[in-house]
Amino acid sequence: MSRRPLLVGSIGLALLASACGTSQEQTPQATGGAPAPVSAECQPFAKYGKFEGTKISIYSPIRDKEAELFEQTWKQFSECTGVQVTYEGTGEFEAQIQVRVDGGNPPDLAFFPQPGLLARFAKAGKLKPASPEVTAATDQNWSADWKKYGTVDGTFYAAPLGASVKSFVWYSPKMFAENGWKIPTTWAELMTLTDTIAAKGIKPWCAGIESGDATGWPATDWIEDIILRDVGPEGYDQWVDHTLKFNDPKVVSAVDKVGAILKNDKYVNGGYGPVKSISSTAFQEGGVPITTGKCGLHRQASFYANFWPEGTKVAEDGDVFAFYLPGNDTSSKPVLGAGEFVAAFTDKPEVKAMQLYLTSPDFANARMKLATYVSANKGVDISLAQNPIDKLSMEILRDPATVFRFDGSDLMPAAVGAGTFWKEMTAWINGKSTQEALDAIDKSWPTN
Amino acid sequence: MDLDFDFGAEQPKLVMLLLGVVAFLAVVGLIILVLDRTSRFTATIMLAPALILMTIGLLVPTIRTALLSFMSGDSQRFVGLDNYVWMFTQPEALLTLRNTLIWLVLTPLLVTSIGLVYAVLVDRTRFERLAKALVFLPMAISFVGAGIIWKFVYAYRPEEADQIGLLNQIVVWLGGEPRQWLLEAPYNTFFLILVLVWIQAGFATVVLSAAIKGIPAEIVEAARLDGAGPFSMFFRVTLPSIRNAVIVVGVTQAIGTLKLFDIVRTMTNGNFDTSVIAVDMYNNAFRFGETGKGAALAVFLFVLVMPIVWYQRKVQKAR
Amino acid sequence: MNAASRVRSKLATRTASLIALIIALLWTTPTFGLLLSSFRPEDEIKSTGWWTFFGTPNLTLENYQEVLFGSSSSSGQLFRFLINSIVITVPSVLFPLAFAALAAYALAWLKFPGRDWIYLGIFALQIVPLQMALVPLLSFFSQGVTVFGVTLLPAWELGEMQPFVQVWFAHTCFALSFAIFLLHNFMAELPGDLIEAARVDGATHGQIIRRIILPLVAPALATFAIFQFLWVWNDLLVGLIFAGGTAESAPMTVRLAQMAGTRGDEWQRLTAGAFVSVIIPLVVFLSMQRYFVRGLLAGGIKG
Repeated sequence: MSRRPLLVGSIGLALLASACGTSQEQTPQATGGAPAPVSAECQPFAKYGKFEGTKISIYSPIRDKEAELFEQTWKQFSECTGVQVTYEGTGEFEAQIQVRVDGGNPPDLAFFPQPGLLARFAKAGKLKPASPEVTAATDQNWSADWKKYGTVDGTFYAAPLGASVKSFVWYSPKMFAENGWKIPTTWAELMTLTDTIAAKGIKPWCAGIESGDATGWPATDWIEDIILRDVGPEGYDQWVDHTLKFNDPKVVSAVDKVGAILKNDKYVNGGYGPVKSISSTAFQEGGVPITTGKCGLHRQASFYANFWPEGTKVAEDGDVFAFYLPGNDTSSKPVLGAGEFVAAFTDKPEVKAMQLYLTSPDFANARMKLATYVSANKGVDISLAQNPIDKLSMEILRDPATVFRFDGSDLMPAAVGAGTFWKEMTAWINGKSTQEALDAIDKSWPTN
Repeated sequence: MDLDFDFGAEQPKLVMLLLGVVAFLAVVGLIILVLDRTSRFTATIMLAPALILMTIGLLVPTIRTALLSFMSGDSQRFVGLDNYVWMFTQPEALLTLRNTLIWLVLTPLLVTSIGLVYAVLVDRTRFERLAKALVFLPMAISFVGAGIIWKFVYAYRPEEADQIGLLNQIVVWLGGEPRQWLLEAPYNTFFLILVLVWIQAGFATVVLSAAIKGIPAEIVEAARLDGAGPFSMFFRVTLPSIRNAVIVVGVTQAIGTLKLFDIVRTMTNGNFDTSVIAVDMYNNAFRFGETGKGAALAVFLFVLVMPIVWYQRKVQKAR
Repeated sequence: MNAASRVRSKLATRTASLIALIIALLWTTPTFGLLLSSFRPEDEIKSTGWWTFFGTPNLTLENYQEVLFGSSSSSGQLFRFLINSIVITVPSVLFPLAFAALAAYALAWLKFPGRDWIYLGIFALQIVPLQMALVPLLSFFSQGVTVFGVTLLPAWELGEMQPFVQVWFAHTCFALSFAIFLLHNFMAELPGDLIEAARVDGATHGQIIRRIILPLVAPALATFAIFQFLWVWNDLLVGLIFAGGTAESAPMTVRLAQMAGTRGDEWQRLTAGAFVSVIIPLVVFLSMQRYFVRGLLAGGIKG
């Protein structure tokens, strides 16, 4: 790996971008002469323009391996357009982005996993609206549902980036085959299967909602999935806006439906003990007992594919796989999901170019070629998917019958969506009554 | 091993370090030089650097926080005392206050007494250096490391499975049933406090041990000749002689405890009736976008520390 | 001393050693568990207790391999962050140490109006949660100081130096309150007649500090230095905000936090990371221990 030579004399000159993790040769500074001939590999990037000597910063909650994959993905873009990208991933994104913005030191771009947080910055006037090019590309590549989440008060700010499908139930194909169990396609079938597994002496479900300072989120995902099914997509939207209250009988009954599984000692917590063990089991470990035959089913998002113990084969004929968490009947296909949105705090031309590139199928395809990745971009080549679960996720996202809704806790005000909703559902698992828990959430909804 | 590390690329940083140290020497040298040349404004010159920096870094933020506590969540509207009303009427207000007080009492008490006992016991033994280093070690381990350590201590697995948590393994070895330590209020608060005590005991040991070394040998010798046993030695000689250091440790721990939130935040995030004011403050100000409420909680912390300030004033007057 | 009391004192010594041993064991066992865990394979860390190692020993350097050398594209990165940590820490210890020592001396030995109240104010500032100071301090750097439209201080434009200067500045501000409190407690107990005598001989305050105070409070300075060193070395928050998160300037803690993976699923690496980052503080502590062993509180001088 070569790094640019740093000269002592250049201290004080803000010339040097960080070359963290990248290994490219220094692109020559623009000398003001005629544009260099475009090489073949730079041909696809010619449309973004040339920005020699510019640099942009990206702030994001995605870090480590996944961050390195991102950096590899846009390396070519960087080399061809001359934009140096400084990428910074942090586990404290939600708190730090606010400090950086309030402190007058925002990044050029940020990847927001919560449209609710994005809206807060948009309303405070901190974000730059998306350029016409980015808007056009988004219209072309994403469904209206997805575009809506990057839109605040009628202005479109942020195009989606990655995606994950949350409405999945993980299972062991081998265990199913040995017992002759079939993949359920309706809620009733799912509950029958649950009883069948329980009769076999195996705890049918396992779950873990411990996640440090985000403890409780997997429980809220469960609830959201059922509200989406029982109250319907429109009702779900109203619930997210708080026009439908948490203590509305419709919501209460949906929560109780989850409780019939998660708060039932006969059904949980496979491999970990009684109901209460759910709240002290790390979500990363929640489904692992499936691999040892101590648990039958685990409801968790597509990204759970990364959490299986090393050597576990994720495939329809492998050790573990996932099926779509069925709706009440086969006619509707509501899907809960999540993703990130790319918002800009500055409107420099190179920032717009980067935003446009991230919106393109080229980016998603290049990223998918490297390792597991799911995008709701309609232009992606699904055949590039690295594993069967990514493929299934993208097929579900693209299915015209699918009614997609974003993870509700990411849309609500953070005091609820990252606060009381998580907290009360944790208390609920530990014995608090449904009514009390939901009343408390309603009460905590910010009034202004 | 393929150690792909370009030392040359790191040189500019070392130059910066050098510049930093040179700047330091220049500033301090200048101050001393001025102090040598003039006897006027001595106090001002000596206090100025610290006061200016504290004004920028601590005082201005304090005033800003106080102002924000009367503003709405997005800091756009004046809301009067709303945030304070919210603070005392939210459902968990009393619980949070109770927990904060438990922390405030137990942490300084446990840290200081364990540190003191240990410092006295290992004093002048052959293993003193090693013994102190062992207790100091938790302080040197980053918070991330401490978090993992205690995650392992408290981890729970059902009775039939292999335990991975040390505490439950010990319980099982003794014939008991594994428990979920962090779930059962109010004991869970004590288990969280234990983590902080574990981290901080090294601080108390180091400071108090050094204070013990400072007790004049004549006093100790005189007491010994009087036939003082270990207990009367401790209470009549050691403790009075290091009273000041004990106060320093206690006060530091009390203030640190009020501000501390990482342990609770990362281990339970205030779930299971373990919330404390500082966690609420952090969550409201930085995660919920409720700057006003977070600021009000910070102001309340400041109020809570006032009795300690008042005590400090008394100590100071007594000198 | 009669025989009975000798027996008693021997027993007391035994009990004392036993209690000390128990405390040492209690304090060391969890750390030892982590150390052992850091050498165990990932799946074993996550599924069995570290004590099972004694039954089925199975050690690997894989965690250290990953932490130190990482995957291909970030080889050797941790060393870059380690250097950042050193560059950040040294001035962040020196500045508050010197400023606090000067201020503590003035507050303890000079007479001027409002002295006690200034000291109390400084003492009370210890409670300011530094999270609350991040935003104002950051805008102090990025936008300068403007009062009623008048720019008193422009934004800081220090180029490459900027992140380091910011982080030094922040750590210095945040440390001063505690440092002055700690050092004042020691300075106030120095024998006043020594200083008086020197004043009578015509020594300036600069000379008094150099010749009398410094040697006497050296252990106190060492104590503060080691704690400030630990605090800065292990700090994540201030580093993250003021030094940024890239290998150009971020401290090692920032890198370690990133290595836990996007969803915290790779936390087993942190077991090794914790021990890599503990080495330097431990060496510093051990090498400074002789300062702690000699009298810390001035109580010793008084007698």
